[in-house]
Amino acid sequence: MSRFRTGAGGRIDRARGINFTFDGRLYTGLQGDTLASALLANGVHLVGRSFKYHRPRGILASGAEEPNALVTVMRDAGRTTPNLRATQVEIYEGLAAKSQNRWPSLEFDLGAVNALASPLLASGFYYKTFMGPRFLGSNKAWAKLYEPLIRRAAGLGRAPEAPDPDRYARRYAHCEVLVVGAGEAGLRAALDASADPHCRVILCDEQAEMGGWQLNAGSDDLVEMLETLGARPNVRLLARTQAFGVYAQGAVALAQRLTDHLAAPSPETPRERLWQVRAGEIVLATGAIERPLVFPGNDRPGVMLAGAVETFANRYGIRPGERAVVATTCNSAYGAAFALKQAGVDLAAIIDLRDKPDPALAANALKAGIPVHTASVIVGTEGHKRVRSVRLGKVEPCGIVKSTDSIACDLVAMSGGWVPSVHLFSQSRGKLAWNGETGVYSPGKDAPGQKTRSVGLCSGEFPADMRGFHNGALPTPDEKGAAKAFVDFQNDVTARDIRLAAREGFHSVEHVKRYTTTGMATDQGKTSNMNALGILSGALEKPVPDIGLTTFRQPYTPVTFGIFAGANRAGLFDPVRKTPAHAGADALGGVFEDVGLWKRAHHFPRKGETMHAAVNRECRAVREAVGLFDASTLGKIELVGPDAAEFLDRVYVNSFAKLGIGRCRYAVLTNEAGYVIDDGVVARLAQDRFHITTTTGGAGRVFAMFEDYLQAEWPELRAWQTSITEQFATFAIQGPKAREVLAPLVEGIAMENEAFPHMAMREGRVAGIPARVFRMSFTGEAGYEVNVPAGEGARLWPVLLDAVDKAGGAVYGTEAMHVLRAEKGYIIVGQETDGTMTPDDVGLGWAIGKGKRDFVGKRGMMRTDLIAPGRKQLVGLETLDDKTVLEEGAQITDTPTPAPGSAALGHVTSSYWSEALHRPIALAVVAGGRGRMGETLHVPMPGGAIPVRVVSPVFHDPEGARLHA
Amino acid sequence: MKFSLISLLKEGLTGNRGWPRQWRDPAPKAAYDVVIVGGGGHGLATAYYLAKEHGIRNVAVLEKGWLGGGNTGRNTTVVRSNYLWEESERLYEHAMKLWETLSDDLNYNVMYSPRGVLMLAHSIHDVQVGKRHVHANRLAGIDNEWLSREEVLDFCPILNPATDIRYPIAGGALQRRGGTARHDAVAWGYARGADRFGVDIIQNCEVKGIIRDASGKVIGVETTRGYIGAGKVGVVAAGHTSVVMGMAGVRMPLESYPLQALVSEPIKPIMPCVLMSNAIHAYMSQSDKGELVIGAGTDQYVSYSQTGGLQIAQATIEAICELFPMTRRLRMLRNWGGIVDVTPDRSPIIGKTPVEGLYVNCGWGTGGFKATPGSGHVFAATIAKGEPHPIAAPFTLERFTTGRLIDEAAAAAVAH
Repeated sequence: MSRFRTGAGGRIDRARGINFTFDGRLYTGLQGDTLASALLANGVHLVGRSFKYHRPRGILASGAEEPNALVTVMRDAGRTTPNLRATQVEIYEGLAAKSQNRWPSLEFDLGAVNALASPLLASGFYYKTFMGPRFLGSNKAWAKLYEPLIRRAAGLGRAPEAPDPDRYARRYAHCEVLVVGAGEAGLRAALDASADPHCRVILCDEQAEMGGWQLNAGSDDLVEMLETLGARPNVRLLARTQAFGVYAQGAVALAQRLTDHLAAPSPETPRERLWQVRAGEIVLATGAIERPLVFPGNDRPGVMLAGAVETFANRYGIRPGERAVVATTCNSAYGAAFALKQAGVDLAAIIDLRDKPDPALAANALKAGIPVHTASVIVGTEGHKRVRSVRLGKVEPCGIVKSTDSIACDLVAMSGGWVPSVHLFSQSRGKLAWNGETGVYSPGKDAPGQKTRSVGLCSGEFPADMRGFHNGALPTPDEKGAAKAFVDFQNDVTARDIRLAAREGFHSVEHVKRYTTTGMATDQGKTSNMNALGILSGALEKPVPDIGLTTFRQPYTPVTFGIFAGANRAGLFDPVRKTPAHAGADALGGVFEDVGLWKRAHHFPRKGETMHAAVNRECRAVREAVGLFDASTLGKIELVGPDAAEFLDRVYVNSFAKLGIGRCRYAVLTNEAGYVIDDGVVARLAQDRFHITTTTGGAGRVFAMFEDYLQAEWPELRAWQTSITEQFATFAIQGPKAREVLAPLVEGIAMENEAFPHMAMREGRVAGIPARVFRMSFTGEAGYEVNVPAGEGARLWPVLLDAVDKAGGAVYGTEAMHVLRAEKGYIIVGQETDGTMTPDDVGLGWAIGKGKRDFVGKRGMMRTDLIAPGRKQLVGLETLDDKTVLEEGAQITDTPTPAPGSAALGHVTSSYWSEALHRPIALAVVAGGRGRMGETLHVPMPGGAIPVRVVSPVFHDPEGARLHA
Repeated sequence: MKFSLISLLKEGLTGNRGWPRQWRDPAPKAAYDVVIVGGGGHGLATAYYLAKEHGIRNVAVLEKGWLGGGNTGRNTTVVRSNYLWEESERLYEHAMKLWETLSDDLNYNVMYSPRGVLMLAHSIHDVQVGKRHVHANRLAGIDNEWLSREEVLDFCPILNPATDIRYPIAGGALQRRGGTARHDAVAWGYARGADRFGVDIIQNCEVKGIIRDASGKVIGVETTRGYIGAGKVGVVAAGHTSVVMGMAGVRMPLESYPLQALVSEPIKPIMPCVLMSNAIHAYMSQSDKGELVIGAGTDQYVSYSQTGGLQIAQATIEAICELFPMTRRLRMLRNWGGIVDVTPDRSPIIGKTPVEGLYVNCGWGTGGFKATPGSGHVFAATIAKGEPHPIAAPFTLERFTTGRLIDEAAAAAVAH
């Protein structure tokens, strides 16, 4: 057994040695050890380097509040976790940990030269320099020289180099009472609440074992309480589970660690789990955190919090030093002194700031042979990688401190009193109340909608043996001394830094925090915030409560990104929507594109075919014979009710009152501002029933907008909508041979041109499947869209494909569809429109129902700017060289050589090679475009401007004869 | 005292005892030529430029809490000017030009870091939108270049290169002059600069009323520290603008939403740029301290709660883990919210109001930080001259009546 281990007691299993490495050296700990306790058991105190000055640092605390002992734990390249607190890492056989932010090694860190320049590195120094030399140009030295250097020096551990292969899980839970913290108070609260078998109780605790401070005592009570709770079916016990955030109305987020403590976790087991709990009452039993004493040299390895020393001694059986000094302002540190004595540590002195410590405690100390120095402080420490001695100072009644003896020691246990952990209460937006007697903020009134109860130490009620505190820096004889008294250990913020900020006018506590960075390290100021407040209070000569308090923000301790992402990664990141014919399209070699959540076939290349060749072939097929297109992704809504037509009249710009049964109408939707946001086709199935299509991307938005109007604006309208997007598979058959292909498959519908004209809709059967057949066209050719129940889509697809094939046609994808519709001058919402185009701007003024009293967007459209001359209008463009395909998004000017900063007349919205016209075509929006027909404009590109001619946007069959054929 | 390496050395060697206050803490005077309501970056910049460029130095900035405590101190510090519409391009580029010399101008290192802002495209539609921005910016003389998929992965190697993921990377638009700046330093630098010109910066002073004479003209403000007379009043109160303007009877077309952001624990540098993906709603950069700074979205509902919902942060981290798979094991250190004021077209309102002597600068939504210098500069000119600065002229309150909207969001679904 190591000489740093006590002979008996504690929660470790002395029979089970565990091998682990730290910075490559092999050590042995015991089952039940944290990395911190195991290192201490091996006499290792130097575990890290500080952020700014790279000072040697040791273990300060024993739990979540630890600021110094940050390590990286490595399993493999993807399973490397930086910035873990050694006090929270449970050791397992083969654990490999390393220290951080030092080079070349922890023992010899070149970064420590920063300490030499420390007078220059006071708070806010970087705002005052790094701006020159100016001859490099303004800001250049910063951007090119200083910032890259600073970036390299900053940062703590390294991110893993490979993706994290581990799994993460999420769960939701409801309970009547959630108890956070399984110390004595939390256990009792959980026992009381769960006595009622109908009361669901969740008890969580961030440590591996429940019990909190009781684990130091190893009491039988604890065993019994845990057994009782474990036996109750209405209780859920969650160890290794940190409640990290409290949200509105009793919502609490918990992070549960499941495998980090295992030597060989199963890849099937999630590494961590996010619990989202909704609790009727939140019982906070989060305890208290000890505050360090702020004295010069208080950061040397070997200087620890007294409570942590006691925990290491009692719970882990550690003898953390040979010869200890206890420095305190609080009764509880006497307990640490006795525990150390018990563990066989030589006690050199108790140094108590108070001139009259608790007489019983002092007497006990003297009885145990421990010298007690009252009205005394530590005024300095010696030692480099481990404290070697402390200098004692006597505080005279007038407040002056006189340095007296030096006391040799290798351990300092300090206590500035306790601070209740009110983080979660504050996150619930409850009000904190200042208590001058105990020098702490404690929970006050709950915020509206929250029901919390703070029990135990976090309530701010301390038992007698935990009384006594000091806020801020200890008195010292030498304000100008070179030694640093640290407040925020991790961010290297000293008492002087805080005083400097105050001198420079940073008086708000938020300003001080931001200017000095105190409380902004990964411990979020758990051990430093109250001392910083105390120092600021002294510097400003204002009482603490007048200074204010920084906001407590979630999370309480850092939370792994992975638990938020859960299983939503790769293919599961967002749902994939596939049409019923997807497999068929895939089998044909379709190349898919993402449109919203949908996968849509973009083109169908045949062997050896380029994309362009495929698209050209597909276009030819439609223009010359027939094409088959999967349009199932279009949004579809069925609207039913006596007022359905009235509703449509109010939301769309078109008029529907007179739309006959079995007829369709192209419909344009605008927002209240009067701008086009969607389009589609509305078909009347019956007097009170409509089948509406929307764009693929707009389906959800349009449905939500309709629902909003139906529920919130016009609740009196008797109309109800249902999304039928996924109820139907929709196939377009387009081209001069469309009827020839479709008619033989159809039953119950007269297919003759007169009987089933353009923009009509019929119900019947296609290949024996019940179908809604629309005669309509998005290509400029005569065509049909066949809607069948989605479940039959996969069956109909090959039938149609076969028929189209036999007619010399082809299947076509979205790119060919885009080309074909552009040849015809049909817009695509989101391409020709961008939320700033009115129906008239894009040539759809004709669609507006002129006789309608009102509709969404009507008032917006009448505003002066929307009817002003010179608005951008949809036109066609032809490149003068008849060869160049313009780039979409390219700008349009009236001169080939626009001056830098010129305004554009408009931009190219769509641009393709037209196989039908054997030339490039483009659609564009151009200021006053319809008045510019025949004008030559320019598209400036990096290689020079491309001249273009403004033409009608309808390139193909302007008379529309083919539609009606 | 001028800030420089020399002053730092001198002070460092004498115990840092000689640094003066960076700004005074004056009691309010009875009256000022101009009172600015709101001591965030935009308000402080306005006061600074009023004093510096227009010689108007009898100015007070009233702040109900602490300087820079609103969105100035809560944003993700991104600076860029690659906007689509000419009106926005001019405004944000004006700001960008000021950023480039701001540290020298203020003698305060605001750490403007032009490390590049890369906006990803994942689909054909994204590519179209991104390229349209590049073309528009080139014409406007603003740097923005298109990177192919390979160039994107080269520029930011920690991006997920897989092609079998839900939204593989298709390319991106890069503005190299874009980057970040240190948000708090911007507020403090402007405060110190304005103070040196004699501007009174008055914290913990909440405006409770806007006082007008019989003609309706503004003559002063009622505050928690008493009445303060004012020749002109400029309201720059971000999320609370509606409330302040309501005191003068002016209804603003604003809605307020909680917007969240979060940072990871500090790690050694892993990313060289600011990265944004509008398609999957994520953006991230790395601070000089090493924290990954991540912008989340707004809640779906209007509210003044600065917490915001857990599901918003959750969706954002989900997207970040997808874009940067090696971040999954990193940990969230802090998560916070701010209240953003959003106009119907997502562009700001800068200018005069129906009330004589009352000016307003608001509606910056989720993207105001980058505009801070430009916003203050043109607003100061507008207040000083009593008519809109040419760059501010399109951003009037009237545009919501006339319909002359400047809608960046609709054009590109861009979070800005």
